[in-house]
Amino acid sequence: MSLESANKPLKSLSKSLTGIRGLDEITGGGLPKGRPTLVCGSAGSGKTLFSLEFVVRGALEFNEPGVFMAFEEKAEELSINVASLGFDLDQLQKDKLIKLDHVHIERSEIEETGEYDLDGLFIRLGYAIDSIGAKRVVLDTIENLFSGLTNQGILRAELRRLFEWLKEKKVTTIITGERGDGTLTRNGLEEYVSDCVILLDHRVNNQISTRLLRIVKYRGSMHGTNEYPFLINEEGISVMPVTSLTLDHPVSSERVPTGIPALDKMLDGRGFFRGGSILVSGTAGTGKTSIAATFANEACRRKERCLYFAFEESPQQIIRNMLSIGLELQEHIDEGLLKFHASRPTLNGLEMHLVAIHKQIKDFKPSVVVLDPITNLITVGSVSDVKSMLMRLIDFLQSEQITVMFTALALNSIINEQTDEGVSSLVDAWLLVRDIESNGERNRGMYVMKSRGMKHSNQVREFMITNKGLELVDVFLGPEGVLTGSAREAQKLQQDTGNVLREHAVSRKDREIERKRLVLEAKIAGLKEDFESMQEELNKTYIEDELRKEVLEKNREQITRSRHNE
Amino acid sequence: MSEPSLQEDVDPDGEGQHYVLHLFVTGASLNSTRAITNIKHICEQYLPGNYSLEIIDVYQQKALAEQEQLIALPLLIKRFPLPERRLIGDLSDTGKVLNGLGLSR
Repeated sequence: MSLESANKPLKSLSKSLTGIRGLDEITGGGLPKGRPTLVCGSAGSGKTLFSLEFVVRGALEFNEPGVFMAFEEKAEELSINVASLGFDLDQLQKDKLIKLDHVHIERSEIEETGEYDLDGLFIRLGYAIDSIGAKRVVLDTIENLFSGLTNQGILRAELRRLFEWLKEKKVTTIITGERGDGTLTRNGLEEYVSDCVILLDHRVNNQISTRLLRIVKYRGSMHGTNEYPFLINEEGISVMPVTSLTLDHPVSSERVPTGIPALDKMLDGRGFFRGGSILVSGTAGTGKTSIAATFANEACRRKERCLYFAFEESPQQIIRNMLSIGLELQEHIDEGLLKFHASRPTLNGLEMHLVAIHKQIKDFKPSVVVLDPITNLITVGSVSDVKSMLMRLIDFLQSEQITVMFTALALNSIINEQTDEGVSSLVDAWLLVRDIESNGERNRGMYVMKSRGMKHSNQVREFMITNKGLELVDVFLGPEGVLTGSAREAQKLQQDTGNVLREHAVSRKDREIERKRLVLEAKIAGLKEDFESMQEELNKTYIEDELRKEVLEKNREQITRSRHNE
Repeated sequence: MSEPSLQEDVDPDGEGQHYVLHLFVTGASLNSTRAITNIKHICEQYLPGNYSLEIIDVYQQKALAEQEQLIALPLLIKRFPLPERRLIGDLSDTGKVLNGLGLSR
């Protein structure tokens, strides 16, 4: 029903960057250039700030001067209101980058006496645009005209003409509008502005407020359709960096050791993938923080940066506690490799946490991030909120190739009912630490629930926290089943005893054999002696026979000789 | 197309009944010309010799638009006597105009 926006096919829409953090990502490059955009929302949803930031950033960052026409607030009021954000409107006005114009319209002062038009507004706006060469225009909130003027027919026709005129002027315009009952704006402005409509919302759930932004429509462009939380802080608006629209992160096949050699061995011998997300869940006191700290420590030992978000303990507490398992985290902090960021989950809403995390990560540029524990975040949001927050965080971290480890407290030790904030499907690897209770003692067992993209052990390993660090021990498989702790020790002792006895038995047998051998050898020696004497006897008779034969021979010769010689 | 004020010097201060009127118009648009005709007619009929009327073409002095808080045009501002009143439109509704000027009886 609009006269405007004859979409030109084949020519893609050119866009105008807003400079508002996150928004340009959602809109794929900003607002439609040279066209009006409607920003609507209820009172206090941030419309004015949104549009003002659009103008200020345009002037400062994109060299696009802007006109801000305020129908509600006076120029001085605006300047004061945004001074807290570091926007110096007075200076910007002096520099001819921004033109503020306050439109005052008061019904009681006005009498309508016949046909009129809004040429005054046109001239005024046109003059303002030309005086600074504006590329951006904000009309905040033009709907106030409806309360100042009664002739709706004229107003509507004139507004339509105004938006057409703005398009001809080729200025990128934001028109703000108060949200009405069941409609986007009270006076149906969306009827005239059909290129791009952004809805701002402000909701309070469980006493924690969340601001949300949604792109209701964006003609001729792809855009994210979700509700995106946004924040107003000392740097202006930041729209949450978002679930990316696509799942196309770069992936790395580089591996990151865990700091626990035996655990690395369970994970194909090399640890986790870089840029992966790891969940460590377990019941209270199973050593989740110790695992996380070891992981952080290992990263620092590789001279990589690590950012540790603690939601439960103070950094000092963690450093002290980790000394007991031989981790000297303070050294890494002094080296600037490790940084703690501790805050109570209830300090602010989830989105604020996400922004804080974001900001810290952007500033510190770590390669490993630890969140310990994510369970506490549930105190400030519902499970699905936490899940969506973590999803966005994981998305962001993966796109930055940052390895992240979450710890989560499982309230129930039954695996199927693990309350892991539903992130288990999001993470790449899931370590489960659980108590194994038997023989009046409690031991820790650890196993790898899942680890995408690598061969991993299916074994439950006993997990020991020693003063030299974390160790994994093979669970002892005895005749009665899996044994841990002192039962394992006992079984081991029993086996040792058996070994000694067996060794003893073996040596006794050895000696007997030796003895038998000696006896046998003695016998063999006797027989040999016998044989030799017998042989000698035989030889003797033989020699005697020989001698006798010889002597006889001699004698016979002599006798013969004496007979002939006589 | 600004016109010189049509000053008629019949006791300007007498009972504060001297009217100072500014009419803002946009060129020779239909509404503008109608408004000019109408106001001149009304002034002559109800305030003969007791008013000064200035007609200002906003196209000629665009900066005025912001200074004078102009939105809807044509606009007639009654500067004096106080209170200041603003009448928008082509001034065809004589009853309302008179009411706005404080001339209704």
